[in-house]
Amino acid sequence: MKSTPSLLYLWPYLKRYRGKLLAGSCMVVLTVAAGMLAPWVLKYVVDDLRAAFAPEKLPYYAAAIVGIALVEGFFRFLMRRILIGMSREIEYDLRNDFFAHLQRMSLSYLQGRSTGDLMSRSSSDLAAVRSVLGPGLMYSMNAAVTAVAATAILLRLNWKLTLLAYIPLVLASIAVKQLGGRIHDRFEEIQAQFARLTEKVQENIAGIRVIQAFAREEAEIRSFHALNQEYVRRNIRLIRLWGIFYPLMSALIGLSSVALLWYGGRAVVRGTLTLGEFVAFLGYLSLLTWPTIAIGWVINIFQRGSASMERMLEVLRVPPQIGDDTAPEMPESVRGAVEVRALSFRYDRSPRPVLQDVSFSLPAGETLAIVGRTGSGKSTLVNLIPRLFDPPPGTVFVDGVDVRRWPLGELRRRIGFVPQEAFLFSDTVFANLAFGLHEGAPAETVERAAETAHLAAEIAAFPRRYQTLVGERGITLSGGQKQRAAIARALALEPQILILDDSFSSVDTYTEERVLRNLLEATRGRTTILVSHRISTVKHARQILVLENGRVVERGDHASLMALGGVYADLYRKQLLEEELATA
Amino acid sequence: MTAEPQDDQIAGKAYDARLMRRLLSYIRPHRRAAALALLYIMAGSGLSVLPPLLTKTAIDRFISRGDLSGLNRIALLYVLTLVAVFWFSYGQAWVLNVMGQKIMVELRMSIFRHLQRLEIAFFDRNPVGRLMTRVTTDVDALNELFTAGVISVVGDVCTLAGIVVVLFLINVKLALAIFSVVPLLFLITFVFKLKVRDSFRRVRTAVARINAFLQENLTGSAVVQLFHQEEKQYRRFVAVNREHLEANLQSIFYYAVFYPLLELVGALAVALIVWYGGLQVFAGTLTLGALVAFIQYSERFFRPISDLSEKYNILQQAMASAERIFKLLDTRPAIASPARPRRAGVREGSVEFRNVSFAYTPGTPVLQDISFAVEPGERVALVGATGAGKSTVIALLSRFYDVVSGQILVDGIDIRDYDLQGLRRSIGVVLQDVFLFSGTVADNIRLGNEAITDEAMRGAIEAAQAWPFIRRLDRQLDTPVGERGSTLSAGQRQLLAFARALAHDPRILVLDEATSSIDTETEIMIRQALARLLEGRTAIMIAHRLSTIQRADRIIVLHHGRIRETGTHQELLHARGIYWKLYQLQYQDQLPAPPAPAPLHGSAS
Repeated sequence: MKSTPSLLYLWPYLKRYRGKLLAGSCMVVLTVAAGMLAPWVLKYVVDDLRAAFAPEKLPYYAAAIVGIALVEGFFRFLMRRILIGMSREIEYDLRNDFFAHLQRMSLSYLQGRSTGDLMSRSSSDLAAVRSVLGPGLMYSMNAAVTAVAATAILLRLNWKLTLLAYIPLVLASIAVKQLGGRIHDRFEEIQAQFARLTEKVQENIAGIRVIQAFAREEAEIRSFHALNQEYVRRNIRLIRLWGIFYPLMSALIGLSSVALLWYGGRAVVRGTLTLGEFVAFLGYLSLLTWPTIAIGWVINIFQRGSASMERMLEVLRVPPQIGDDTAPEMPESVRGAVEVRALSFRYDRSPRPVLQDVSFSLPAGETLAIVGRTGSGKSTLVNLIPRLFDPPPGTVFVDGVDVRRWPLGELRRRIGFVPQEAFLFSDTVFANLAFGLHEGAPAETVERAAETAHLAAEIAAFPRRYQTLVGERGITLSGGQKQRAAIARALALEPQILILDDSFSSVDTYTEERVLRNLLEATRGRTTILVSHRISTVKHARQILVLENGRVVERGDHASLMALGGVYADLYRKQLLEEELATA
Repeated sequence: MTAEPQDDQIAGKAYDARLMRRLLSYIRPHRRAAALALLYIMAGSGLSVLPPLLTKTAIDRFISRGDLSGLNRIALLYVLTLVAVFWFSYGQAWVLNVMGQKIMVELRMSIFRHLQRLEIAFFDRNPVGRLMTRVTTDVDALNELFTAGVISVVGDVCTLAGIVVVLFLINVKLALAIFSVVPLLFLITFVFKLKVRDSFRRVRTAVARINAFLQENLTGSAVVQLFHQEEKQYRRFVAVNREHLEANLQSIFYYAVFYPLLELVGALAVALIVWYGGLQVFAGTLTLGALVAFIQYSERFFRPISDLSEKYNILQQAMASAERIFKLLDTRPAIASPARPRRAGVREGSVEFRNVSFAYTPGTPVLQDISFAVEPGERVALVGATGAGKSTVIALLSRFYDVVSGQILVDGIDIRDYDLQGLRRSIGVVLQDVFLFSGTVADNIRLGNEAITDEAMRGAIEAAQAWPFIRRLDRQLDTPVGERGSTLSAGQRQLLAFARALAHDPRILVLDEATSSIDTETEIMIRQALARLLEGRTAIMIAHRLSTIQRADRIIVLHHGRIRETGTHQELLHARGIYWKLYQLQYQDQLPAPPAPAPLHGSAS
């Protein structure tokens, strides 16, 4: 086992359950010990019968056999319950910790990884790790104790016979290890080919338009066939080994019985072994069948588990990127002034800057609008204020304090943010709107927010009003409804700073006008930042920034920007045209 | 969505005669292999009954009487039995698995082949992942059935039957005594299955909830962070996770009770043998060896019985998979070649839309009463705002979808009367997003068409202006591209798609121009390549570039699914209608770019 060290990560968890681990280990020993008694009873039965003793003892022997099974069964029950239960509890802890860790990851990390990948690490990889702690640990202990105990007894009975009978068993163990390794390799080859097969199907379906357009179906079928042929060839290579595995095991284990029969039979004839001992021998050998096979199996569990642990650690080892400063600082009074000074920003994996030398100052209670084309950097700029991504130090300030020094929770609690993509949870309408509020927040707060976001009337028409489920298991909201729900969710916070990141894209202009008017009325006195590519959204703002390629190219109010006749005026003209087109 | 989507939720009965018959029809071509496997399995499991009998003989006839040469003979016989069992079980595993693999290939191929024939609308309805499951997971579940399921059940039954026969032959009364515990075994297994099924369901539900929660929180991580709800979400996750733990602990309890109980039943049988058998030994009606053999058989007897109940699960899963697979195979392609096509391919290349209407979903028309005609060799540009229906027009021409009403004629013949593949082969399609298959550059140009010679391909690449960039790739034509290969820029992909279309030399060209911005150098190359591509072909172009529009003989303006304006660039500009607005929105900014090369024929702008 080359990569065991990754499993060392589990040590603190095991230590947390050391009581259970210890109790479980004791149960393993007791289970095995009880199991060792049964063949010994048979020895007495056979020897007594051979000596033609009176049959009065038989009921006692029968009772002993059942009694031993009862005791053994009781210990086995406890063993499984304690050890497998422990593995589930550790799995539970690990999953919680993994989730908590993911929660501390920054968006740039989470967005750089596919959700599916993270999910598989917390499900199938965790399951493989759990197998190590449960069946892996239990069976390896059980097999080891059984092997030691049975060997000790057999050696005392007849050491020569024991050695002889063990030769095939040792060979079997070696075969498990050897074949196991090669089977594993061939299995990997099959998996690799299977991945190719899957990829082909995936690609074929994704590209079905091109395939049908060029009438290349036959060629696709031919190449899929070729992949299949190779897949079969590799499978057959595996079958050649795998097919041998179990027959070989049972043949080798059978051989040790033959050794017993032949050499042990002679010993009985010679009188160095009683027939009862011979039968007990048979019993102990059959107890050893399991450990012989289990070795390979357990090794496999450990190998898979350590590979999976490694994959989980790849995530767990990444330190959380955004957190509280070591010496957090709060302004004396929170009023909601935002200031950006000479801000340039670049994403981790991107070579070119998204924002360059952006500055603005927004006094508390005022409204700022940011316009620009798709990709001009508007979203990035507003994402930096609640630190969804970390701005460089000394560039973004709220109430005069660098956002990086604010306690993160305090900062975010004061910002109502409506993201571009209105993401809602599959929960009730109420739970979604009250998402940012503490539990037991008054319903009026939520209802007022829904009113302002122009959503209350529609909610009233839902089958269960505010208790209606949204998403897969409930009703499907339209894009516009989702956006307005996201707006209401932010409003419910009653934040000092409200940020709307292009939050009206799925709302028609008419509704937008009304929502916006309501909104600005309701948030009078709060700082508001409006991001949009639509001029109609922003034209009432006192301060408008025009972004292009990450730079502020124009700034002013609507009238002055129109008079300038630059980017803003051009955008405005085009949007008027678009509106005309839409109604043409 | 008119047709029923492929259902993942098929629960699956354990046995369905209709499905089973259809599944067995896949074994029929391999019936000799199946028969051989059956033979091996019967021989193997029959012989595996022997060893305890040999032990009995050894004890009674040789060890008790001190007959050493007899002991040698029985040991030899034992070894021979082991070898034979080894041989038969290996043979069986080999024959069975090879057969299983072959059947799986046939199944996989027939699903794949079927998928190729299904219409695009089917793929719109069914997510890629679900269809892939049919070809992969579901086929594998059936493999389980063929290799581990059906036939090994026969093996288990053979072993059981063999043991029953041997026990009865040795001693009827004792055999009956042992079999008296079998109902107990069934009862325990039955109750266990019942209990464990419930807790499994609980576990499954909990797993699904954990996954859903996790997925939602990963996708919505921005919202969680923005509203600073990490703690609340964590508490909710812990609750869901807790439920998973509880459910598992419950099923652990059942398992922890079940296995010891099974062993207890086994011990009960052994106790019966010892007591009742012992009395018989004492009375002289049973030999000591027979008693030992009975004890050994009792161990071998219980394993196949609990195995058999495992098989039930395999059967259930396989049946559900089979049902899903067959449902897919039974989906009739909605768009297919006519039984007797009137034409095998396009000759002249004229295109006519006659009162065509179309809707993806009934009630929301995308195209309404579209009529226009394109002469052979003519170039027509389709323009319109997003959602005007341009892409639908070209999708209909290739019969990706069939018109709801009206007719599309090519060379004066309804496209539904053409051989489908022949029609599509005559129409070269260059789509906005150039789809690259994993494979080499050459593979992506040929697309498996061996009729394209190396020279023809080279010619196409040269003409498409793609050679300069392909030459710079590290392995040139043999450079792997696609998902896992080297990444090509949008412009390079575009040129590659042109080369692809040129190499296939279609009569009619359909172009959905890419909107992405491209550096000036590539831009010029694309223009030159397009000129070559259009040479001598009928073309229908969704234009995003001014240069492409200017190359068109005629412009059709689509708006909200209807044709609103038709004419040349100049005519339409003078009309000051929709085109004029579109022009200012989309094309005017492109003016300072270098002038387009003169069109090769026809008169544009």
